[in-house]
Amino acid sequence: MAQMKYYYELTISSSPHVHSPVTTRTIMRDVIIALLPALLGGVIFFGSRVLIVTTVSVASCVFFEWAYCKLTKRNSKTYDLSAVVTGFLLSYVCPPTIDYWMIVLGALFAIGLVKMLFGGIGRNVVNPALAGRAFMFSWPVAMSTWVKVGFDNAVTIQDNTASVLAVDGATAATPLAAMHQGLLPDVSLLDMFLGNVGGCIGETSVLLLLIGFAYLLWRKVITLRIPVAYIGTVAVLTFLFPMGQPRLLWMAYQLCGGGLMLGAIFMATDYVTSPVTAKGQIVYGIGCGLLTVLIRYFGGYNEGVSYAILIMNFTVVLLDRIGRPTKYGASAKRKEAAK
Amino acid sequence: MAFSFFGGVHPEENKWYTCDRPLQEYPEPDVLVIPMSQHIGAPCKPLVKKGDLVKKGQKIGDNTGLCVPVHASVSGKVKAVEAKPHTSGVTMMSVVIENDHQSTLHEDIQPRTQEQVDALTTEELISIIREAGIVGMGGASFPTHVKLSGGIGKVDTVIVNAGECEPYITADDRLCRDMPEKVISGLQIIMRIFGLKEGHIAIENNKPEAIRALKAQVGGTGVVVDVFPAMYPQGAEKQLIQAVTGKQVPSGGLPAAVGCAVFNAATCKAIHDAVYDGMPLIQRIVTVSGDILMEPKNLIVPIGTSFNDLMDACGHSENPYKVLSGGPMMGMAQYDLSVPTTKGVNAVTILGHKNRYTVKEPQCIRCGKCIEVCPMRLMPVLMYKALFTNDVNELNAVHMMDCIECGCCAYNCPAALPLVLGFRSGKQRIRDAAAAAASKKV
Repeated sequence: MAQMKYYYELTISSSPHVHSPVTTRTIMRDVIIALLPALLGGVIFFGSRVLIVTTVSVASCVFFEWAYCKLTKRNSKTYDLSAVVTGFLLSYVCPPTIDYWMIVLGALFAIGLVKMLFGGIGRNVVNPALAGRAFMFSWPVAMSTWVKVGFDNAVTIQDNTASVLAVDGATAATPLAAMHQGLLPDVSLLDMFLGNVGGCIGETSVLLLLIGFAYLLWRKVITLRIPVAYIGTVAVLTFLFPMGQPRLLWMAYQLCGGGLMLGAIFMATDYVTSPVTAKGQIVYGIGCGLLTVLIRYFGGYNEGVSYAILIMNFTVVLLDRIGRPTKYGASAKRKEAAK
Repeated sequence: MAFSFFGGVHPEENKWYTCDRPLQEYPEPDVLVIPMSQHIGAPCKPLVKKGDLVKKGQKIGDNTGLCVPVHASVSGKVKAVEAKPHTSGVTMMSVVIENDHQSTLHEDIQPRTQEQVDALTTEELISIIREAGIVGMGGASFPTHVKLSGGIGKVDTVIVNAGECEPYITADDRLCRDMPEKVISGLQIIMRIFGLKEGHIAIENNKPEAIRALKAQVGGTGVVVDVFPAMYPQGAEKQLIQAVTGKQVPSGGLPAAVGCAVFNAATCKAIHDAVYDGMPLIQRIVTVSGDILMEPKNLIVPIGTSFNDLMDACGHSENPYKVLSGGPMMGMAQYDLSVPTTKGVNAVTILGHKNRYTVKEPQCIRCGKCIEVCPMRLMPVLMYKALFTNDVNELNAVHMMDCIECGCCAYNCPAALPLVLGFRSGKQRIRDAAAAAASKKV
C-alpha cells in the first residue's frame, strides 16, 4: 500500500528527546579527577603505601556494591563510579599506616550498611565514606597514629601500624593535636598549606585540594555555596575566638589543619547528603562550620570535620524545606489577591 | 525588556543544518490526509463525502463552538472520509484527497486591495481569520480568532513569538528572513484589532539575519523588535511575556490576565495571507531536519502531506531512531509515518540512533540541577518524589499543574530520570481526581 511505504523500528518516548552530556557517571568521573592531586600529595608526603591503601579501599567499595547487588538479585550500578568515589574518600580520611583489613571492613560498613541497605546511590542518609571512618574509630589507636612526613619516614608497602609504632620516634602528633591544647603547632604555615605535615592520606595538602576544588568549579560539578559557607564560618569563628595568639595566624592554622578542606570541598558537597536549595546549602555550610569549631574547641577529640558533616547530614531533610524558589506566577497571583 | 527569565538550558542548537537553506516549495504530493481536528476544541464535521470533487482552499470541515474550519490544500477528488493516524498518537476522522495536480483555486478566494482591507471592521477581520482556519502555529494550535476576540479591551501588549528556541527548527527564522513584511503586516492587523499603536516581535540573538531583515521593515509601523539571549525555553509563552514585559502570568491564568497576547510568527503570516490574499491556512513552513538527513530543508508544505513524503524529500543516511513532530525538546515521537502535517507542525525532526540515551532504573542523586533550570521555578526533584505517593494533595503541594513540560529538568538530569513523563502522568492524575470529585458532587 502506498500509505505505508516504509517500516522503521521507531522509538516512542516522552520528550525531551535530547539529553545534556552530563550524567551521573561523568560527574563522578570529574570528582575522581579532582581527587587525584591529593592522592599524589599523599604519595609524596607519606610514601608508596598510600597507593595500596587507596587501591584496596576503592576495590573493596566497588566489590561490596557489586556483591550486594548480586546477592539481592538487583542490577548492579557500579558503572556510575559512585562506589569508586566512596573508596577514594574512605582511604583519604584514614592514616597512611592503616591496616588493610580495617579499611576493607570500613568499606563494608560504608557501602553495605550506609549506602546499599538504604537503597543505593541517592538514598543514603549520611555520607558513606565518613560513616565508614566513624565506624573505623572502633580501632582508635590505628586511626590516630600518624607518621612523620618526609622521605626518611615514608611508609613503604610492607609497613603496617605495628611495625611503624615499633620504630621509636617515627610517630608524630598532628598540628590539630597541638591546637587542641591552645598552642600553635611547631610546623610552618607553608608546610601546612603544602601538606608537609602528619595527618590522613588525603587531607593534609590544602594546595592540592584547592586545585581539585577549582576543577570541580570549572566543570560546574559543585557550586561555591557549601564550601565557602563552611570554610567562611570556621574562619570567622576562629578569628573572633582564638585559643592562641596571634589570632590571624591561629585562624590560618585552623583553616589549613585537619580535614577541613577535604571535608568542605569533597564531603559536605556530596549531592545526596546536602540540601538541594541554594539557601539550604548555605545554612548547611554554616552549620558544618559551627559544629566543626565547637568540636575542635570543646570536644574530647581534636578533629571535628567528619562528625560535623555527619551530624549536619541528618538535618538535610529539614534544610530542604527552606529557601524553596517562589514559583513563576505565584507573586503575580498574590498581587492580584491584594487588589 | 532588559531582563529575561529564570533558569533554562542551552542544548546544542543544531540550527546550522537548515538555517541557511532558503524556503522551498514542496511539490504537491499525490495523496493528502487532512484531519478534521488540527486545533484545540471541538473537531470539525466533514462537509464532503467520498467521490466529491474539491478545489484548493475549499472548506471541507467545520463545526460550531470552539472550532475553526479546515480546507482542502489541493484540488482533487475525495478518496475517503475515515479515521487515520494523527500526530497526537490517536486516530482522527480525516478527509483523504487524491490530488489532480491542477491546483484549481476555489472561487471564494479573492485578494483584497489595501483600501478594501482598511474598510474592514474588527468583527469582519476576526471572522475572516476564523473562516481561514487560523490557529496558533507554534504547536499549541489554539484557535486564533478566540484569542483575538477574547483579548479585545484587555490586551495592551501584543508579542509576536519568533523566539524559536527549540534545537533544529528554523521555520520561523527563515520566515522572518524571507518574508519579514508579511509577518509585520500580520502583526499590524492584530494591533488594529486590539486598537494598539505598538507591537513587539521577540526573537533570539542567534538569528542575526532575521533580526536585520525585520528591523529593515519596521520603520513607521510601531513594531519593536526585542532581541533576547538564546536560551531554551525563550519561546515559551509565559517566559516570553516575562522577558518582554517583566510581568508574570498568574498561576493557572491566561496571558490576557497581565494584558498580553502572544502570537507565533507563522500565525501572523497566515493572518496576512487570509486578509490580503483571501487564502485560508492550507500550507505552512516546516523544517525537516535531523542529524541523519542527507539534505535537511525548510519546506513550504501543503497541510496534509505525510511525514513519509517529507522524509523522502530530504533523504536519510540511516534508519531513523525517532521521528518527531516538532523539535527534540518538546516534540512528539511518532510511531506511524503516514501521519499528516497539520497546522501546528512547525518541524519534523528525524534523529539517528546516536541520540539513544536510556538508563535502567534511574535513581535521583539529589544534585539539584533540575531546580536550577526550571523556568517555572518549581522543584522537579520533589515533584518526582511526590509521584511515588498515591496522594493527589502531595502532587498539588509541589505545584504539579504549573509544569509547562518544557523538558529543561529532564534534559539536565544526570541520572536521566523520566521527569517530564512522570509529570505528565501526575498532571493527568490531578485532572482525573478533579473529574471524579466533580462527578461525585452531581
